Amino acid sequence: MNKDILICGVGGQGTVLASGIIAASAAAQGYAIHSAETIGMAQRGGSVTSHVRIGRAHSPLIPFGNADILLAFEPAEAVRNLRYLKEDGVVIVNTTATKPVTASLKDSDYDGSEMTDYIRKKCACIFVDSEKVTKEFGSSRFFNIIMLGIAAGSGKLELDKGTLQQQIEKRVPAAYVDINKQAFQRGYEIGSKAAAGQNL
Amino acid sequence: MREYVMGNGAIALGALSAGVNLVAGYPGTPSSEIIETVSKYPHEGVHLEWSVNEKAALEVAAAAAYCGARTLVTMKQVGLNVASDPLMSLAYVGVKGGMVIVSADDPGPISSQTEQDTRRFADFCRIPVFDPSTPEEAYSMIRDAFEYSEKYHTPVLFRPTTRVCHAYAAIEVPDVFEPHEYEGFVKDSQKWVIFPRLSHRNHGLIEERNVRIGQDFSGYTQNIVRGTSARAVVTSGVSYAYVRECTSDREDIKLIRIATAFPFPEDFILRSLEGTDEVICIEELSPYIEEQILKTVGRHHLNVKVHGKMDGSVPHNGEMSTELVADILGRYLGMELGKSVIDIQDAPQLPLRPSVLCAGCPHRASFYAVKRAMTGQKAYYCGDIGCYTLGNAMPLDMVDTCLCMGAGITMAQGFSHVDKEAVCFAFVGDSTFFASGMTGVVNAVYNEANMILCVLDNSTTAMTGHQPHPGTGRNMMGNIVEKVDIAMVLEGIGVTSIQTVDPLDLNAAISAVQKAASISGVKAILFRSPCIALTKSHDRCSVDRDKCINCKKCIREIGCPALVTVDVKVTIDRNLCTGCGLCVQICPVSAIGGDKSE
Repeated sequence: MNKDILICGVGGQGTVLASGIIAASAAAQGYAIHSAETIGMAQRGGSVTSHVRIGRAHSPLIPFGNADILLAFEPAEAVRNLRYLKEDGVVIVNTTATKPVTASLKDSDYDGSEMTDYIRKKCACIFVDSEKVTKEFGSSRFFNIIMLGIAAGSGKLELDKGTLQQQIEKRVPAAYVDINKQAFQRGYEIGSKAAAGQNL
Repeated sequence: MREYVMGNGAIALGALSAGVNLVAGYPGTPSSEIIETVSKYPHEGVHLEWSVNEKAALEVAAAAAYCGARTLVTMKQVGLNVASDPLMSLAYVGVKGGMVIVSADDPGPISSQTEQDTRRFADFCRIPVFDPSTPEEAYSMIRDAFEYSEKYHTPVLFRPTTRVCHAYAAIEVPDVFEPHEYEGFVKDSQKWVIFPRLSHRNHGLIEERNVRIGQDFSGYTQNIVRGTSARAVVTSGVSYAYVRECTSDREDIKLIRIATAFPFPEDFILRSLEGTDEVICIEELSPYIEEQILKTVGRHHLNVKVHGKMDGSVPHNGEMSTELVADILGRYLGMELGKSVIDIQDAPQLPLRPSVLCAGCPHRASFYAVKRAMTGQKAYYCGDIGCYTLGNAMPLDMVDTCLCMGAGITMAQGFSHVDKEAVCFAFVGDSTFFASGMTGVVNAVYNEANMILCVLDNSTTAMTGHQPHPGTGRNMMGNIVEKVDIAMVLEGIGVTSIQTVDPLDLNAAISAVQKAASISGVKAILFRSPCIALTKSHDRCSVDRDKCINCKKCIREIGCPALVTVDVKVTIDRNLCTGCGLCVQICPVSAIGGDKSE
């Protein structure tokens, strides 16, 4: 299997954990795997990306037009990284915007809706509202695992569900294993439902 | 065992498997995780340290290398500038045990001040340099680097770039690491004491030796040529990976990869250029290989055209990428190499997302206190290297200069000598203070500067990933050690006005600044509050919608990312807020309240 997954968002959204779980699961299933992370200054509220490449790859970064899945934790970041997507790839995107300080200062009305409208016109997509979906979990910090669940449930990730769950168990603090597994399951259902509805 | 690690991890594991005995370095993106990885794997018998700066790290390692121990020194490329004084001399003296100096370059630059090229530094020092393209290569090449270092008794440079350091790959490593056995120091002042006579003799020997290393490198397995064509591509580092990605290793494109830029493997390149009349050099940073090929072509009167940065075919600045390589090679080879890409030219305007101080970061409060205290006064704010460089962003706008590690302290003095009216501030973090700030304070006291030193002490090296430093009381050997107290250091140097204040107590912080500004001479304020990324606060603040008059003073004054407007009303994002309470102290109508957790 050759599969490129680009995860993008804003520093602090937990994209690195999501990419780590995908990479470890792919490795556990015996695939060759490479990935790359944004580390350093951009982690402080800047745009971040994680590139995960399953199968044969030379470049640590996914080339433009090559990603099968764009897992976008923020709508504007989805648009910023849309060029990475294959023309027949799928975008899984959080509709809740993260407003940068620069936008708040300028009294900008940026709320992400313009971005989601744009993405809808451009490619196959699954939308998820992080604000709504994380309510039952009491904190936005489980959203990364929900996103992972959606990718798995959509059928586009093509990694074994049990392996993903095992890697979640391995990588989150013991006290949060159960709630993360619930978050994954919740995402998985959203993903399967969306895939069935959209014929992905 | 098979390990999935970052390139930096691969370098660490490569060094451990080569039996490294001592590892020293100073944190700096993209190199910081090398030492952290060593600390996470079994490393009994290995001395591991975050040195106070890169110069100290190199000197500590030099002595160990004189004893025959294998040493690894790690830093980012600008750290090599700091270490260059001992390195230049060490290149003349040489080593007994293998010494590999990792200097991670940062094309872009992504997290650095400069786009300098360590390969050129290797040439300047006349020592070999290795240039891996992937984490897998980094793992095996670091071991080769130790071999060459010992074979030729010279320190060697190892130059990964950000995309190699921060890329992950699976590598096969031994289950146990055995430290290298070494003889110990054998006194010989003719050998270990640098004098003009030694330098004169060794300079000649080094140049002779480098010819031999160049020949040796011509047979090095990582210098590779694949495919055949009259128009060839020469590349190095991560660019090799990009070229392979977009050409898919086609046999009708000759691809030459140079993994050892200095001493240049001339015989290898001469062999590789047979049947070729044109080359293009795809490399990041400086046109180093391009220049060496031009020299080779000139010396041997070859009829080969050389393209690259020097004729404008390849950009001088910024990173390479598969797309950029596809574009450059597409034109050069006259073939379509790019993929079809979704066109986003019609996309709505994307919000800018510059890096900002985290919500609840105590640095924000320190900057704000100084800003408030200096309202209406002429003041210069000299910044430094660390998270607090982000104090430059609007609305704080509190960094007027930033040059290099420690420069803020000395630059504030320069301003004070030529502009007597301005209040001159230097902001420095705790780790930077130890790295290169202390001598600047001595300079200030000795030369009677008039300045206010603000030490933003958050008890960690935050920007590079929270490494310990001399003020934290922990070291990389896992030991609890005596904390070096910054206030006592300043007192010892002779700073007479030293105040310590919690920056999150706004009024107290403002008064401290005002007091310091009223005294002449060298004054210091220690703003002490732990890094919010480490303390995991459960406190939150919230806006009372009935009291809030929506004046947005909080947003305009401090620009905290947790303060946002939702439906035109100021709201606090509880997922970001840490309850630091700075906004509570700013609100003119007391509409923001704290919500302390139990």
